[in-house]
Amino acid sequence: MLYREAGEFKSTYQADQAILTIRQDRWFMWAMLAFAFLVIPLISSEYWLGTILLPFLILALAALGLNVLTGYAGQLSLGTGGFMATGAFAAYKLATAFPELHIVVVILLAGLLTAGVGILFGIPSLRIKGFYLAVATLASQFFLIWMFNKFGWFTNYSASGVISAPPMSVFGDAFVTGPYATAEAKYLFTLSLVVLFALMTKNLVRSNIGREWMAVRDMDIAAEIIGIKMLSTKLKAFAYSSFLCGISGALWAFVYTGSVEPLAFDVNRSFQILFMIIIGGLGSIMGAFLGAAFIVLLPIFLSNAPHWIGLNIPVDLISHIEFMVFGVLIIFFLIVEPHGLARLWQLLKEKLRLWPFPY
Amino acid sequence: MRIERDVIYIIIVTLFLMVAIPWTMGQISEDIFFEWPFFFEVAIGGLLAGVMYSLVALGFVLIFKASGVFNFAQGAMVLFSALTLVGLNELGMPIWLAIIATLVVMLLLAVVIERVVLRSLVNQEHIILFMATIGITYFLDGFGQTLWGSEVKTLNLGIPSDPGFYFDGKILINDFDLVAALLAGVLVIVLALFFQYTRIGRALRAVADDHQAALSVGIPLKHIWVIVWAVAGIVALVAGIMWGSKLGVQFSLALIALKALPVLILGGFTSVPGAIVGGLIIGAGEKLAEVFIAPLIGGGIEDWFAYMLALAFLVFRPQGLFGEKIIERV
Amino acid sequence: MTIKRLKTGIIAAATISACLAGSAAMAMESQFIGSLVYRTGPYAPGGIPWADGFADYIELLNARDGGINGVKLELEECDTAYNTDKGVECYERLKNKGSTGMPAVMPLSTGITYALLDRVVADKIPLITSGYGRADAADGRVFPYVFVPPATYWGGADIAINYIASQEGGYGNLKGKKIALVYHDSAYGKEPINTLNTLAEQLGFKFFEFPVPHPGLEQKATWLKIGRQIRPDYVLMWGWGVMNATAIKEAAAVGFPRDKFIGVWWSGNDADMVPAGDAAIGYKSLQFNSVGSDFGIHQQIRSELYAKGKGAASSVEGTGEVAYNRGIQSALILTEALRTAMAEFGNRPMTGEQVAWAMDRLNITQERLKEVGADGLFDPIQLSCADHQGKGRARVTQWDGKQWQAISDWIEPNLNMLRAMYEKSAAAYAKEKGITPRDCK
Repeated sequence: MLYREAGEFKSTYQADQAILTIRQDRWFMWAMLAFAFLVIPLISSEYWLGTILLPFLILALAALGLNVLTGYAGQLSLGTGGFMATGAFAAYKLATAFPELHIVVVILLAGLLTAGVGILFGIPSLRIKGFYLAVATLASQFFLIWMFNKFGWFTNYSASGVISAPPMSVFGDAFVTGPYATAEAKYLFTLSLVVLFALMTKNLVRSNIGREWMAVRDMDIAAEIIGIKMLSTKLKAFAYSSFLCGISGALWAFVYTGSVEPLAFDVNRSFQILFMIIIGGLGSIMGAFLGAAFIVLLPIFLSNAPHWIGLNIPVDLISHIEFMVFGVLIIFFLIVEPHGLARLWQLLKEKLRLWPFPY
Repeated sequence: MRIERDVIYIIIVTLFLMVAIPWTMGQISEDIFFEWPFFFEVAIGGLLAGVMYSLVALGFVLIFKASGVFNFAQGAMVLFSALTLVGLNELGMPIWLAIIATLVVMLLLAVVIERVVLRSLVNQEHIILFMATIGITYFLDGFGQTLWGSEVKTLNLGIPSDPGFYFDGKILINDFDLVAALLAGVLVIVLALFFQYTRIGRALRAVADDHQAALSVGIPLKHIWVIVWAVAGIVALVAGIMWGSKLGVQFSLALIALKALPVLILGGFTSVPGAIVGGLIIGAGEKLAEVFIAPLIGGGIEDWFAYMLALAFLVFRPQGLFGEKIIERV
Repeated sequence: MTIKRLKTGIIAAATISACLAGSAAMAMESQFIGSLVYRTGPYAPGGIPWADGFADYIELLNARDGGINGVKLELEECDTAYNTDKGVECYERLKNKGSTGMPAVMPLSTGITYALLDRVVADKIPLITSGYGRADAADGRVFPYVFVPPATYWGGADIAINYIASQEGGYGNLKGKKIALVYHDSAYGKEPINTLNTLAEQLGFKFFEFPVPHPGLEQKATWLKIGRQIRPDYVLMWGWGVMNATAIKEAAAVGFPRDKFIGVWWSGNDADMVPAGDAAIGYKSLQFNSVGSDFGIHQQIRSELYAKGKGAASSVEGTGEVAYNRGIQSALILTEALRTAMAEFGNRPMTGEQVAWAMDRLNITQERLKEVGADGLFDPIQLSCADHQGKGRARVTQWDGKQWQAISDWIEPNLNMLRAMYEKSAAAYAKEKGITPRDCK
């Protein structure tokens, strides 16, 4: 009743090719954006902004990157952590070598450098597929972390091999890194970047490049036969995916924690991001966000829940229960909808079209 | 089993490089110390460590072969079985009874996993099943620690860990590693015989070949899955006992799964002998690299070297050394 | 049926929250203490005794004295599982709890420490890293909110060399000796390398580095190189978690003498020795607290808490493990800082800023240690605005198969050399972060 496309006629090509073709969807999206940009910073505490929403956004960006590679182009990768580390260290080297560079430039350049590294490690994908490729990308994960740990040049020869972000501002006094950055500034800065890249990704996957990726994913031999160049298509996917992961890593190191050691991007991070896109839904922009929400927010919720309802359980038991419930929920959601939360969302919308009078 | 000719070539070239590279490095660099007895010590130590990796990799292979599931939970199963064994032992059960009880627990676990997870997700894509095993991992990690606590526990098999000298005292081999490798070897032979000569083993191979065909000749798929997960549980228990008596039974045991992954891709996900040969190559390769190459670039390369080594093999054999050939049709 | 159940649930929740609000109002005047612990995860065996020791000492003060100067202490733990993401979340969750927020944070992990460095400055909450974290935070001018008593890794490295020199009969005899370092290949493990390189140059010993990739389950190659090729005179270890037991077992496997094998304090937990079994007998470790379970403070904890069934540890045998004592020490540092702050600002709950003020003036004297029953268990600590480390002393202990035995007196590191290194490194950090060092006059 409320959500239906009947009566909405598209009279221009532009309207027909819009990202969101249904009016209600557009309204919903604008409302969401307004809520995220205007309402959340007003009503949220520093704890929510700086500890829950910030990592959620940054990891969602990484998940977006991986989803391009795995969800759209079909190349299973476990090198995300390594690429995030590349972004973080590249940003650090750029920011310390050229202190006058603007933070957005630093972050974009770090992303581009990571894209280069991603291309390099994407080359084996031309021969290796599926789980073999996943495990093979672990080589890049372990190698990159080892490299940043080993060579002092990357950390400007700090004794412990830890990098820390210099204070940088977007304009004037609006610091987004360093101790005097407010949680609101960090949140808004990250949110803007994430929204921008989500939009860019959405458009990219609707373009001819995106269609090539999907053709390769669905059957690469068939794609090759109809004239899609395997080499450039796969490497483009690696490049763009690493670009986003690199930016996400730079944001993590600069905006979220401020100081990181390479181990912050160890193999567990790669797994974490992969879990996000599987739970969220492969090959879906929305899925990256839903998956990140599930993986980041749910454990925090579970570990806080006993306190909220006033139960006094020892912390170790809470942790164990958190693990068990989390595991069970993963299995539960997979059984309910193996194609991820994004698919559930889609089903909901389809149901809503007929509501309240389904035939 | 017929071994393809190029696999033999690859193995011969590998063996040659494993000797030639350390020797060359020893000649050209002063930082690297090369002597034949020392080389053999490192190589043998690596091979024995490799057998321990194979032990973990075997569990992965069994399940992948029979059900196409990449079982991320194998590490958690190793931890869970070892925790259960030691926990029961501490409760006062004699060790043999505790082992039997743990086997029963692992069998129950297999039944539950089949009932709850596999049956509901039948016919789904590989990656979905993979994710489901991650759910199992979380659950087992939490469950095991809730039952038995997070403290470190000891598991003493009474195998001496003193250095043993062989070949006129020239070459040092650790007795513990030797015993562990022997046990692992026995397990592998038993498994191979089980697969080759028993009714269930034949059924397992049939299922691995073709689910549909196996079903149509009347092999009950559900039973097979329970059996294969139970067998993987047994393998996990053996791995848990061996690694647990080496490192102590604690949460870190779950991390050894990462050491098994390069073994898997090198040998091929679907091959039991692949897991063994892969383990030997990875074990020896990473140790030799750490000793004879690493000093030039700063050390600590073992981890990524194992993966790089596996990657190098994949470039020549994308399905792993002994994996089934990938045939693609449009 | 479901609706009925839901109703019951809502009523129950409402009642509970009402009770909570009531109890919160009653406990207005208690001092909140947040404790980041890791009772789960891969490193739990070392984290559990620390958390127990910390909780027991706080509870002891509550049970025996009714808190500090009449202000009751309210302890809340948050489990980090040694995971940096969770640790940051725990910190943010706890920092504003209670009437004055968290008075200080002890993150118990290098990763979490680094992630909190910026945050604590903004929140004005002191970050106390006892024997871990950034060594150069000993320079209080650059790090006003970070405190590193009683010792740092750089100091630890110096103490280890100092001890080796005393074993060899003087610094002069170190010339030409071979000393190796086996370390966890991370920020933590790399801390002592600079110091050891400097010392190697000064004293003329040969220094070898052996990084072990995280988590350190496999060290055969490393130990074959050490035991069969280089055969160093001494091996130092900066290991962590399961890496420690593995290293000791591998040392035994290549026949390296355990009494020439010296670990830093984090390689000296009881929990790490247990899985190594007999192989660990003779192994040595630095400790920034002394060892033993029969000091006055232990007896009080046992009689006040465990006798009444209130102790945190699962069994009374746990009281007195090295990590447990470290937990007591951390609690002692915090509560003494609270006392110092209360002496200045009055007997009510203290804020982080007030505790930071007190930490700058912390003075835990020998007499004070005697009073609390920890004379000889801990070393006196005196901090100042510029010096956030104190004497930085540690002693060497040896594992006898069942427990640690102290085999040396407190050894003082070369504070002049260290101070110069701290200042140099802190200055580089200040430059990078655009910090103007505060004036400590």
